[in-house]
Amino acid sequence: MGARTIVFAEGRGLPMRGDDIDTDRIMPARFLRAVTFEGLERHLFEDERAGSAAAAQAHGVHPFDNPHYRGASVLVVNRNFGCGSSREHAPQALYRLGIRAVVGESFSEIFFGNAVLIGMPCVTASPDDVHEIMERVEERPETVVRVDLPSDSCEIDGVTYDIRLPGNVRDAFITGAWDTTGLLLDGYADVDAVAARLPYVGGF
Amino acid sequence: MGKTLLRKVWDLHTVRTLPTGQTQLFIGLHLIHEVTTPQAFDALRARGWRVARPDRTFATVDHIVPTRERRRPFLDVMAEDMIASLERNCRDFGIPLAGLDDDRQGIVHVIGPELGLTQPGMTIACGDSHTSTHGAFGAVAFGIGTSQVRDVLASQCLALEPLRVRRIRVTGALPAGVYAKDVVLTIIQRLGVGGGVGYAYEYAGEAIERMSMDERMTICNMSIEGGARVGYVNPDRTTADYLEGRPFAPAGGAFDRARAWWTSMASDPDAAYDDDVEIRAEELTPVVTWGVNPGQSVGVDATIPSGREAGMDAAAVADALAYMQLQPGQPIAGLRVDVAFIGSCTNSRLSDLREAARIVSGRRVAPHVKALVVPGSVSVKRAAEREGLDQIFRAAGFEWRSAGCSMCLGMNPDKLEGSQVCATSSNRNFKGRQGSPTGRSLLMSPAMVAAAAVAGEVTDVRKLVNQPEGAAS
Ligand code: SF4
Repeated sequence: MGARTIVFAEGRGLPMRGDDIDTDRIMPARFLRAVTFEGLERHLFEDERAGSAAAAQAHGVHPFDNPHYRGASVLVVNRNFGCGSSREHAPQALYRLGIRAVVGESFSEIFFGNAVLIGMPCVTASPDDVHEIMERVEERPETVVRVDLPSDSCEIDGVTYDIRLPGNVRDAFITGAWDTTGLLLDGYADVDAVAARLPYVGGF
Repeated sequence: MGKTLLRKVWDLHTVRTLPTGQTQLFIGLHLIHEVTTPQAFDALRARGWRVARPDRTFATVDHIVPTRERRRPFLDVMAEDMIASLERNCRDFGIPLAGLDDDRQGIVHVIGPELGLTQPGMTIACGDSHTSTHGAFGAVAFGIGTSQVRDVLASQCLALEPLRVRRIRVTGALPAGVYAKDVVLTIIQRLGVGGGVGYAYEYAGEAIERMSMDERMTICNMSIEGGARVGYVNPDRTTADYLEGRPFAPAGGAFDRARAWWTSMASDPDAAYDDDVEIRAEELTPVVTWGVNPGQSVGVDATIPSGREAGMDAAAVADALAYMQLQPGQPIAGLRVDVAFIGSCTNSRLSDLREAARIVSGRRVAPHVKALVVPGSVSVKRAAEREGLDQIFRAAGFEWRSAGCSMCLGMNPDKLEGSQVCATSSNRNFKGRQGSPTGRSLLMSPAMVAAAAVAGEVTDVRKLVNQPEGAAS
């Protein structure tokens, strides 16, 4: 893994409207039946995309089917994105599709944490700003969206929006410390010391 | 100023503050299952790492196991592959496994407590969001993703952000026919599916104190559906009594010492909370969901709300109702159901089955309903059979299955078909959750599912609970 630093993400945007989009929608459970994450991106939102029975009832082209957004790197979402199951398959599939950052009003905690661990920052912006960013992307899908972590900003069409990421998470991306396993493995003597003071580990 | 249980457990398990500002927290118990671990073990192998504490790790199989025909190898090659991979990983890394033919097998959140692995004052992690269940014992239990499973396997630690604590006091006593499930569905409905983000929920108040461990587990289980990653109840006598004599619980003099320590970990009476909420138990009614998230629910005697009445985004409500094929203003009672499912880590324990059996006893499942009971573990199944509950269910027309997650999620052969409506005792009514992309799930208590199975439609269980056995429905 190494200390890969993540300072910015840029590319075309992909607006996925709706609050409380849960991980069962992002990645239906039947696709969790595999021992690797490979190829998962093909099943993103599968049950509501073209060809599925549910999609037939829905209106319009699903954003993940829309050719305008093909190759996008920045996903734009509304409130409480990624709620529900802890399945890392959801952020993994987005990453494998090429998504490198998500801008949204808010995220579920587990989704947010999973995304950090795979190096995909989820940044928040105000509801109005998210709304505007979505509109801009929808109007001109070819526009480049740039999410810049050091300056806490998201730029599109020459307009800059404030974004937020907890300071420590931002620093972790910028310094490469987001990949926590190495950090956790450092100083194992301290871990043993904690274990030793826990009565249920040593025996009551 | 006193401390909350969360703070005490957190402080005791803190290894250090990481350069990221997060806390490195020691994990006292790591529970694993077949679905969220294969990629984590591969990551360990790729780096040549060992599992740090196989003695603090315990595995079982639940999500993809068939509940009818369990002979190996499974016909389903993918399921076979996943089980075989967990078996190999446990063997290679020295992790105890309650496998398919083990008497201890079952849903991970059912067997942890029942084996006495889950204890007060612990930190617990598992690659499943309903790990919050274990908080019923006064443990701090986190659902984690696969990269975090890798971290815990390799280091027995997690890097975590501190949590605030919201105390939810359920005061008074629950009316007959109103269950723990109704309490937690009401909490989620009132505080919202995202209301608990950043919080641990501490459930307190007389109604919670009076609850059995099974009921407390139902409540803590669904914390995550309210956005709270952690939910817990302070350990008390009920907790210790439950644990006494369990295989992994301390015994003899050690049990007495453990009990004293467990009690000392409970929140202090003068602890400060970041938020405080009160729910009055006597006002509660049986609850049914009408939408596509667990916060979209009403009392069984109410009508389906419009966006404004629900206090939710009108577009989201319209979308949910379109998916559910329901209209605002329509009473939820009387809605025809096709499937009745009693099971899942929320409500598949012995007391859930007893309560459901009490409703179906002497009655018949409506002819158009497919009804199944899936006990949460081998041990629950056997205990229920010793009491003859299986006979009651079978006689009523229910299928009696073997332990697993079953129809809680579409990963095994138990699935909804087409746009069937399912009265379910599970925890998620997300679109497609129960295995059919257009399937419709109505969350409710197991007793309400039993009542719906018998009536063939959503019905108020309170009309049945007080009737003598054998009375017509
Ligand atoms: S019963 Fe359902 S919610 Fe519980 S662990 Fe299994 S799949 Fe997850």
